[in-house]
Amino acid sequence: MTRPVPAPVRARRTLLHLISIVIGSLIVVPVGFGVLGGFKDNGQLSTNPLGWPDPWHPENYTGILADSVFWRQLANSTIIALATVAVVVAASAMAAFVFARFAFRGRELLFTLFAIGLMFPFAVAILPLFILLRSMELLDNPLGVILPQAAFGLPTTIIILRQFFRTIPAEVEEAATLDGCTPFGFFWRVLLPMARPALATVSVLAIVASWNNFFLPLVVFTDQTWWTLPVGVQAFQGQYADDTARVLAYVVLSMIPALGFYAIAERQLIGGLAGSVKG
Amino acid sequence: MKLSTVPGQRPGDQEAPSAAQVPAATRRRGRRPRRQQLITIALFLTPALVLFLLLVIAPILLAGYTSMYKWNGFNLPENFVGLDNFTRAFQDPTFLGDLWHTLVLITLSLVIQLPVSLALAMLLNQKLKGRGIYRVIFFAPYVLSEVTTAVLFTLVLSPNRGLGQQIAGWLGIEALDGAVFADPDTVLYALFFVISWKYFGFHMILYLAGRQGIPQELTEAATTDGAGPWQVFRHVTLPLLGPTIRISVFLSVIGSIQLFDMVWVLTGGGPIHASETMAVTMFDRGFRRFEVGYASAISIIMFLISLVFALFYQRYVLRRDTEGALTTLGDQR
Repeated sequence: MTRPVPAPVRARRTLLHLISIVIGSLIVVPVGFGVLGGFKDNGQLSTNPLGWPDPWHPENYTGILADSVFWRQLANSTIIALATVAVVVAASAMAAFVFARFAFRGRELLFTLFAIGLMFPFAVAILPLFILLRSMELLDNPLGVILPQAAFGLPTTIIILRQFFRTIPAEVEEAATLDGCTPFGFFWRVLLPMARPALATVSVLAIVASWNNFFLPLVVFTDQTWWTLPVGVQAFQGQYADDTARVLAYVVLSMIPALGFYAIAERQLIGGLAGSVKG
Repeated sequence: MKLSTVPGQRPGDQEAPSAAQVPAATRRRGRRPRRQQLITIALFLTPALVLFLLLVIAPILLAGYTSMYKWNGFNLPENFVGLDNFTRAFQDPTFLGDLWHTLVLITLSLVIQLPVSLALAMLLNQKLKGRGIYRVIFFAPYVLSEVTTAVLFTLVLSPNRGLGQQIAGWLGIEALDGAVFADPDTVLYALFFVISWKYFGFHMILYLAGRQGIPQELTEAATTDGAGPWQVFRHVTLPLLGPTIRISVFLSVIGSIQLFDMVWVLTGGGPIHASETMAVTMFDRGFRRFEVGYASAISIIMFLISLVFALFYQRYVLRRDTEGALTTLGDQR
């Protein structure tokens, strides 16, 4: 690697950079258009969609941030995501523990039942789910979103956690049992602490899934007070269809938490996705 | 080749457990009172099982039941119509259109989106300064919700105050000039573009992880034997990436079958149903027009299409390379 770089290699590298930059700008430019567009007024957007705002109009952003609606939606999204993670990770960890470390009749059949759930996200079940939630009086109730999200998150979470639990050697469990650990004690005091990286991974995946969910909150919450950010963004677009700059500002503000979270949890997210494919 | 990026997992562990675990488990069973063990199993499985049966399995069964009624969703379904809702679906031009759009989107994904993702993964696998940054940027759209992405692109590609038409003007591309989402001839392609924008990074990450799981000795040995870069890719990398590619194809197809958020926000299925998908039709009939029986039938058809595809794929394409991934049927062998 310390050899001088020959010309063809350099040319090839330049080409690779060029391709990457073109693709990268396909992503950055629309987002940048949104960010800057939020600082323009609609007149500027028509005449000067690409350039810097001149003059800068922070009112779109400050107006949204001064209104409680945005913050409430942010809080709703956060509460629902955290509650979903708590439920799905707790239930999955317990189930995965059983699937990974106990031998019993029907184990594989049960596990396959969960695994099949992987193929059927909300779209297939949303209508009967709605009818079911209505009869359980869970409409306009955050639990009506949290519990189904957790249920649909079970397959991925159980598969990843079971895989991880299996890698913990049987000797560890035997030692714990000899020291007087009950199965629950082993699960709680040995297995879960050891599985922290895997728990972080599944939590991050569940947070992103919940945060981005649109279909379920859309049908469950007719009452605006519980709207999450995706529902809010769509409604805002409908309400201010003619005010492009203001909608852009709302879109950009709603992106910030997701991108911020990505910045923090990039490793778990990317590792988790790659891992979940193998399971 | 396996993707083994679940943190803390050692390579080579994946295949072992079913064989290595059983004796240990059996040994334990002998030591622990059987009754106590059964109680533990039951207690630990209950929460997950209740959630899953009540909120995943029950809705699908319920849809199967209501799909055989003409029902507006209120009171109890009484008007039994047998399979009429299903025959109606296959005579409904909107629904047949949905099937066609799904097929088009799947084809475009397989022919364009996935190969591009694969090429970019190979590119980012090279020694390239700043490839970490490229990777982070390429993957970023995946964390944005489909709604946010869709609203952003509605405005970016809007014929008034949009960015697309401005750039198209400079480049002289007529096709992008008008309202791409308002023209029945272009809407599906515009939709595909936005879907790819959001998801290519996801597939790229899968391929990248798969590529990094290929031992370097293999590609080096091929190079030493005189293979050029293309030959190494064609005869070493690509075959070893097989399992990853097959799973990425699977996820892409299942995703296309279920597509809703993006379409609903971008186009609402229009203009004149030109971009409508099964989920959009189902939503429209079920939640807007209260034809719940018919909408249930569409749900069931979506379910069956996914199921048949999944089983077929599992049986003929994935065969053994998804042990433990999509289903663990493999564990029983």
